[in-house]
Amino acid sequence: MERVEKPLQTRELTVSMGPQHPSTHGVLRLVLELDGETVMKCTPYVGYLHRGTEKLAEGMTYLQALPLTDRLDYISSMANNVGYCLAVERLFGIEAPERARFIRTMVCEMTRISSHIIWIATHALDLGAMTVFLYSFREREWILDLFEMLCGARLTVSYPRIGGVRNDVSPEFLDSLYTFTEEFPKRIEEYETLIDKNRIWLRRTKGIGVISAEEAINWGLSGPVLRGSGVNYDVRKRFPYDAYDRVEFDVPLGRNGDVYDRYRCRMEEMRQSARIIRQCIEQLPAGPIMTPDAPKFTLPPKEKVLADMESMIHHFVLITKGPMAAPEGEIYVATEVPKGELGFYIVSDGTGKPYRMRVRAPSFVHASVLPKLCEGGLVADVIANIGTIDIVLGECDR
Amino acid sequence: MEPLEIAERIRERFPEEVRGVVEFRGQVSVLIRKERLLEICRFLHDEPALAFDYLKDLCGVDYLGRRPVRFEVVYTLYSMKHRHMVRLKAEVGEDDPSVESVVPVWAGANWHERECYDMFGIVFNNHPDLRRILMPEDWEGYPMRKDYPAEGPEKEWQGFRKVLEKAERLKEFTWKG
Repeated sequence: MERVEKPLQTRELTVSMGPQHPSTHGVLRLVLELDGETVMKCTPYVGYLHRGTEKLAEGMTYLQALPLTDRLDYISSMANNVGYCLAVERLFGIEAPERARFIRTMVCEMTRISSHIIWIATHALDLGAMTVFLYSFREREWILDLFEMLCGARLTVSYPRIGGVRNDVSPEFLDSLYTFTEEFPKRIEEYETLIDKNRIWLRRTKGIGVISAEEAINWGLSGPVLRGSGVNYDVRKRFPYDAYDRVEFDVPLGRNGDVYDRYRCRMEEMRQSARIIRQCIEQLPAGPIMTPDAPKFTLPPKEKVLADMESMIHHFVLITKGPMAAPEGEIYVATEVPKGELGFYIVSDGTGKPYRMRVRAPSFVHASVLPKLCEGGLVADVIANIGTIDIVLGECDR
Repeated sequence: MEPLEIAERIRERFPEEVRGVVEFRGQVSVLIRKERLLEICRFLHDEPALAFDYLKDLCGVDYLGRRPVRFEVVYTLYSMKHRHMVRLKAEVGEDDPSVESVVPVWAGANWHERECYDMFGIVFNNHPDLRRILMPEDWEGYPMRKDYPAEGPEKEWQGFRKVLEKAERLKEFTWKG
């Protein structure tokens, strides 16, 4: 009998993933065109969290715009504040005193740890390793408690100020933080025992979402996503700010540029962060925490405003007119936040308000590379790719 | 290479295109005409002594009523190999707000250009996919322009009504508890 081949009916399927899908880490929407399980085309849609930060900043004084920057990448708010403060300081031509710089370095690295903890927790959860999530949130809680001890806020801190930091650190805080840096590397080992040699984890991360060094540079990637491809680019090393030139740390690099290498990079980075924090505590110099020019930039303490004539005048002028007029010019200052390179491009027209404040958000750039990573891969790997670029949509949409 | 030296190299190669060089706090901005922008970018990218392979940032600035040419598109460039930086600024007039896309040179420019189009209405010629990115597709006006009010547009966004109508239509499917 003759065998007749019956043609199989196949068609491409378009699937809208998100914006409320739990593994898109916020309100990211991907439209996937699927051929079976293979992703033929991936189109990201962002903008659901657009709040117009850049436009808002144009109508505010340099002082008022500071809390806007917390809300960009809300899980590493401290690093955003520091980035903004550095940009404004550079514009005005002032510098924070030694002690403040060490404190800032310290809190930036605490933020890096807490951001990477969230990343490993959610990334592992997406890929099916739920235990890591539960363990790592224990350490995140510890860091948030330390933040609360330091400045009273846990999430949107607004702790750094233009020309320094808001308040000094207490000995108890430093003690507690030092204990944390001693304890934390052991905790990282705990996470690693859970997933590092896990066959499922390896199969789902090795060789997935590969991007070569040249492509990564061409796409403008930064942070661990770039270093996972083996490019030695770290803003902390190339343009040292605050106290980064005074502490020793290594920049971990990957080789293959896949999900697994980026995971290794971030895990190593957390160890280096603990190392930086410990050095900062050991080297922390005595002295003021605000620049001597502080009255021109930052509100004086409340009790002084009520008792001291000079402080009250400064308070009044700062609220009504904003800080001393900035010199006319434009400046781009980059800092290494947990996600990558955060740049502030500020155009000043010689008044107390920024004429234009542009935020170069790493998440925005990283989200744009998603189609490159996902196309040609499997649907399941889309999840791995979203996790590995570590985006926060608050920063992406601004 | 020193930033001012880089500016000199650009001026040497494109004497008519460079409109000015400004240094502020150690950062150098090179103001150029937009006509041969792509050529200049290719030169900066390919010239071995310059090798600007990394586009840090691309954004627009609106100088309404302050400068004769209204818009500027700002390119912040960096070289991984030589570790130097320069800022390129292309003047874009209000009557023809368009400029050549640099996506063929730096792939990362794609979304930055889309955002610039979305916010300022500057059209990037030969861009692979020029659509609005942060605002809804049917939004009217360009929010980051200086003549656009920060308090919101005078009239309501039409898409919002559609969303409300759709929500009304789908009401029967809501969970009653």
